[in-house]
Formats: sequence, C-alpha cells, structure tokens
Amino acid sequence: MTVIFQKTKGLTDTPFTYCPGCTHGIIHRLVAECLEELDILDRTVAIASVGCSVMSYEFFNCDAIQAAHGRAPAVATGVKRVLPNKIVFTYQGDGDLASIGTGEIVQAAHRGENITVIFVNNAIYGMTGGQMAPTTLPGQITTTSPYGRDVSKQGEPIRMSELMAQIPGAAYIERVMTADPVSVRKAKRAIKKAFEIQKNGGGFSMIEILSSCNIGWGLSPVDSLKYIKEDMAAYFPLGVFKDKGAAQ
Amino acid sequence: MKGRVTFNTDRCKGCGLCVSVCPVKLIELDKSVVNAIGYNPAYPAYPDKCIACTNCAIMCPDTVITVERLDD
Ligand SMILES: Cc1ncc(C[n+]2csc(CCOP(=O)(O)OP(=O)(O)O)c2C)c(N)n1
Ligand code: SF4
Ligand code: SF4
Ligand code: SF4
Ligand SMILES: [Mg+2]
Repeated sequence: MTVIFQKTKGLTDTPFTYCPGCTHGIIHRLVAECLEELDILDRTVAIASVGCSVMSYEFFNCDAIQAAHGRAPAVATGVKRVLPNKIVFTYQGDGDLASIGTGEIVQAAHRGENITVIFVNNAIYGMTGGQMAPTTLPGQITTTSPYGRDVSKQGEPIRMSELMAQIPGAAYIERVMTADPVSVRKAKRAIKKAFEIQKNGGGFSMIEILSSCNIGWGLSPVDSLKYIKEDMAAYFPLGVFKDKGAAQ
Repeated sequence: MKGRVTFNTDRCKGCGLCVSVCPVKLIELDKSVVNAIGYNPAYPAYPDKCIACTNCAIMCPDTVITVERLDD
C-alpha cells in the first residue's frame, strides 16, 4: 500500500475559514504543495491581503505578514529587498489586486521585483458580501449590479494578465483555472514554475487563477465549477501571456 | 489500479465537489450523519470501486481526503 495523496506539510492543521466548495482552498493547497516540493517552506514569506483570504497567514505553514488592502506587492517588495534570499509571494483577490491595489501591482512589476503573485480572480468582492469588482463579467448579477453589469455604464472587466504582460519588468504571466482535476493539475504546474523563476532570480511572476465564489454567485459549488469553465474562461482566456525566459 | 480513499470526516464541509469528479461514482454525502462542524460529510459508499485516480483529493478544497494505491 502506498499513499499517493495526502495533505501537504505546506499547510498548517488550522481548518480553512472558506465557504463549502470555495476554490480558494484548492489554490491554498496548490501553493503549499509547490513550496513543500521545492523545499523552500522554511525560507518563504507569504504576504496575505484583504479579502476572504485575509487569514491565509494562519493556513500557510511558513512565515507571513498581513498587508493592508491592495498593498501586498509593496510589502513584498520591502521584505524581498531587505531579505533577498527569502522566497516572497503575495496572495491577492481581484478586489485587492485589480481595484484598490492596481497601482501597487503595476509598479511592482515595472520595478521588476523578484516576487511571485498568486492572483485569485473570482469576479467579485467575496468577503464583503458579493459586490461588483472590476473583473465582474458583463451581465453578471452582484449585490451592487442587481440587473447585471452594464458595460455601457461600468465598463468592460479588466483583463489583468493581458495588462501585466505589457510591462517590461514582468518575467512570467499565466492564467489558469480550478474548474476540474485536469485544470487544477495545470494550475499547479504554473504556480510551481513561478516559484522556480523567483528561486532562480528570474524576476516578477504572476499566476492568475480563475476561482469560484459560489456564495457570491448564487450557484452550487458544482455549478460554480461549470461557471468558471464556460463563462469566466470565455472572457478571461487561459494561457501564458509572458515568458521572458522562453523569449531569450 | 486499485485504491483506497479515507476521509478526515470532521473537516468535510459537504460541498460535493469530490462526488462530482469521481469517475466510478463511489462517493456520496452521508445524509444520516452531521459532522462536528455541521455538515453531511462525504464518505466512500462503494469503497471497493476505487481506482486511485486522486481526482477527489485534487478537487477537495478542505484537504479531507487521503488516497492510497493498493499494490498487489
Ligand atoms: C481600505 C479598505 N477598503 C475597503 C475594505 C473593504 N473590503 C474588504 S475585502 C474587500 C474586497 C475583497 O475582494 P477580493 O480581493 O476580490 O477578495 P475575495 O474575498 O473575493 O477573495 C473590500 C472592498 C477594506 N477592508 N479596506
Ligand atoms: S464568500 Fe466567496 S470567495 Fe469568500 S469564502 Fe465564500 S465562496 Fe469563497
Ligand atoms: S481516487 Fe478516484 S476513484 Fe478513488 S474515490 Fe477518488 S475520485 Fe473516486
Ligand atoms: S470535496 Fe472535500 S469538503 Fe467537499 S464534500 Fe468532498 S471531502 Fe467534503
Ligand atoms: Mg474576489
């Protein structure tokens, strides 16, 4: 008998505070598995953000700091510059990264900070009760867009990976999803690659992960996976948007 | 390949994601049980059918599931 899957040492035993079926939990596990497999847990500093993942510092089994809303890339910059041998990553939602923190993420990439950004895009402000985010899909119903997002008034959703890929300082940008076992395995490979790039001094990396918020979307956990695959991925195409290493 | 799945039942939130991705449909939510955190937990209703594909564990958001491969 061989154990082929068990909980990673990269996570503490503290139960997650997420709603049943929320794929934040899957993404936490993937990040933690990568840290364990790359043998960097003891020298990693996680920067938690504001959103449902505000408590992520309790869940990752490494050092961590909790940053003010949107400011995780600035805090990560400070840690990495003072302690360059540490592996530093931020874990941010779409409200955190693509709304209040747009300035910080763009400038960190422009400076080419050697950090990794885990960007969890669930097209909504989950924590505060399901308000419209910059990433909310056209027509999507939220508590602040009860008739659906009207792009003539609220604009088109921001495609952050495409935007970030334009920045010369960004080394690696990929968008993945957590819709089924195949895409989750693929998401893990992307996250691992991003940490390997940082380990080798390769510069700024961001992995955008299309994730569910079944509570905010008003769908069952299983139907939410379908929404990621059919609705979100149609607007936010998956793929590698920047790979400086491959270009050279 | 033959496998065995075990559930850390009191961490399960009864979300059903594991149920939806098991190719041999061996997992069910146990409606006769309420676990320590208030949910109907998942359990292997037909444990002998497991093919050790790890799909259930990969989709579980709460790291409830351990998968073993039976070697013989
Ligand atoms: C300075 C400041 N402004 C507003 C808030 C309220 N707030 C808390 S979480 C959040 C949005 C979180 O959304 P997201 O980053 O997408 O995370 P999710 O919960 O969806 O994972 C907001 C606006 C705050 N905590 N601090
Ligand atoms: S509110 Fe949404 S994002 Fe937050 S834990 Fe619940 S399902 Fe996940
Ligand atoms: S390992 Fe595969 S076959 Fe076994 S219970 Fe999980 S999903 Fe089903
Ligand atoms: S996926 Fe995990 S939490 Fe959800 S029902 Fe299955 S074992 Fe329970
Ligand atoms: Mg969000």
